[in-house]
Amino acid sequence: MGNMDPPRAWDGAALEQILHDHPATQDALLPILHAIQDALGYVPPDAVPGVADRLNLSRAEVHGVLTYYHHFRQHPPGRHVIEVCRAEACQARGADRLAAHAEQALGCGFHETRLDGAVTLQPVYCLGHCAVGPNIAVDEQPHARMTPARFDALLRTLVEGGAP
Amino acid sequence: MTVTVYVPRDSTALALGADAVAGAIRAQALQRGIDIQVVRNGSRGMFWLEPLVEVATPAGRVAYGPVDAADVTRLFDAGFLTGGMGHPLALGLTEAIPFLARQERVTFARVGVTDPVSLGDYLAHGGYAGLRRALEMAPAAIVQEVVDAGLRGRGGAAFPTGLKWQTVLAAPGTRKYIVCNADEGDSGTFSDRMVMEGDPFMLVEGMTIAALAVGASHGYLYVRSEYPHAIATLNEAIAVAQAAGHLGADILGSGRGFHLEVREGAGSYVCGEETALLESLEGRRGVVRAKPPLPAIAGLFGQPTVINNAITLASVPLILERGAAFYRDLGMGRSRGTLPFQLAGNIRQGGLVEKAFGITLRELLVDFGGGSASGRPLRAVQVGGPLGAYLSDAQFDTPLDYEAFAAIGAVLGHGGIVAFDDSVDMAKQARYAMQFCAIESCGKCTPCRIGSTRGVEIMDRIIAGEEPARQIPLLRDLCDLMTAGSLCAMGGMTPYPVLSALDQFPDDFARGVTHEHH
Repeated sequence: MGNMDPPRAWDGAALEQILHDHPATQDALLPILHAIQDALGYVPPDAVPGVADRLNLSRAEVHGVLTYYHHFRQHPPGRHVIEVCRAEACQARGADRLAAHAEQALGCGFHETRLDGAVTLQPVYCLGHCAVGPNIAVDEQPHARMTPARFDALLRTLVEGGAP
Repeated sequence: MTVTVYVPRDSTALALGADAVAGAIRAQALQRGIDIQVVRNGSRGMFWLEPLVEVATPAGRVAYGPVDAADVTRLFDAGFLTGGMGHPLALGLTEAIPFLARQERVTFARVGVTDPVSLGDYLAHGGYAGLRRALEMAPAAIVQEVVDAGLRGRGGAAFPTGLKWQTVLAAPGTRKYIVCNADEGDSGTFSDRMVMEGDPFMLVEGMTIAALAVGASHGYLYVRSEYPHAIATLNEAIAVAQAAGHLGADILGSGRGFHLEVREGAGSYVCGEETALLESLEGRRGVVRAKPPLPAIAGLFGQPTVINNAITLASVPLILERGAAFYRDLGMGRSRGTLPFQLAGNIRQGGLVEKAFGITLRELLVDFGGGSASGRPLRAVQVGGPLGAYLSDAQFDTPLDYEAFAAIGAVLGHGGIVAFDDSVDMAKQARYAMQFCAIESCGKCTPCRIGSTRGVEIMDRIIAGEEPARQIPLLRDLCDLMTAGSLCAMGGMTPYPVLSALDQFPDDFARGVTHEHH
């Protein structure tokens, strides 16, 4: 999702284009949901009927899939998404302390967005850099050996603009 | 003469600043008017040294690491482009570094050596020799080669791969599928990721050989969404292989076709379970299916399906190239070949160690890992991911072999090894195991869906020191139920970390005992 611009206005034409780019079979459901989220940062509930109609599924089936997978969001995220790994290999290298620091520095909990809308904080269970944790990802870009001080520096760069 | 400099594109190296290092090297060379070629290779898997920069010299590749962009000017000053040893980051010949020299790099022979998306590099290093041989063999003969190699599934279940392929070959079906399980969700594992980012053609070749072996026409690589770099590299490699005729409607002019597609997961751990993965590929919630039918009989879209872990499939090209005996002669007992072990967590020298089965855990932790990163004593080691047992020092001399681990109530799993020093609280780790199960349970069976939440509650009471004499039998009883009654390994193996923590580290569970009144 890169350095996200403010979410584009969601319109029917954008959804039509995504649906048009995928086959109208059920196995295209995850790729379609990914495409919507990649474009918009989340999957708005009002996209569900169109997707269901195209794939000949019930809205409940699409809603069920959308809500089952941790990756998909139903609400717009902040301008940046920070994922902090909470899994064992990072725990062994101080991830719990980093996670507590992240909540305090952002003033919001996990699964929440900072009040000014700048950053959404999410847990992630393994980014695959387990020898050099604690690890985080900022807008999908990984950062290893994270410390509270480096987290604060990264956050300043994010909030004050510019690439991390 | 152009000097070749290698700076990894592996995402762990990127997480440690490899792009900035590559940029600084290019800029510095330009400024000094030196002609260099920067190759973005995979990682050698010595992650404590990443970003590991290598320079090609007549004597071989010379390594420098861990390099920060700020070190680059002084590296040039110290003559690193000629392999100069005058800089503190100089490590000498890469392949003489003991961590690497003592390995048996069989499946990982090319990872970190080649440019991952260069088909020319792949071919120059023995790539597609296995496929060429397979194209001249009857399907049953290819399957027999894999049977004879003794290859077992590297995802964790260690089921004989050849037997699975035999079943799919024999199963009637209008269209058969090859599915690569690259939903590498276990904390402490990164070998699938390293193959996808460091030698993707090997995986593509392995899947193509599998397709020839069982008569499959289509394949899917299911990769977790947490691995965006792996997905991008695979897509790049598939496009290259397709354009060069190694994939697609007519493989190398044989008239046989195989179509391959990458599918992105969506953050569900249980989708690493094969039937949940198939559900996800079909566009549904990643809920586990009851077996039978086996996926080999009725898998993806109800058709006969080979579903194998990425390392399993990546092991196949070499078996075909060098023959079953080459692979079978490595290892011990019924564990044949090599396993890429992944040293992770609180370990000084973390990374990938490919060794034949039979090395002990202690050799890995001490001789390769160099002990803890913190310098404190190692206290507990979790082997095999979040569903694997915690082992104590008394068990570190166990050989890494499927059967030897089963004998001590542990598993090798996908080969992930997570080390903890003596600051670890094992009751908290047991609580986390239950909590992770509660977060990730697909919800289909009650022991897993409800049991995990009850498990968190019991652990909370144990940690608070509430009536431990009552809670511990209750915890054991719950674990019994989850082990016996769960549909898949999610609920069925969560008791491994919980009970091993309790059995090996009972002191951590004995809280508030002195204050208890009866």
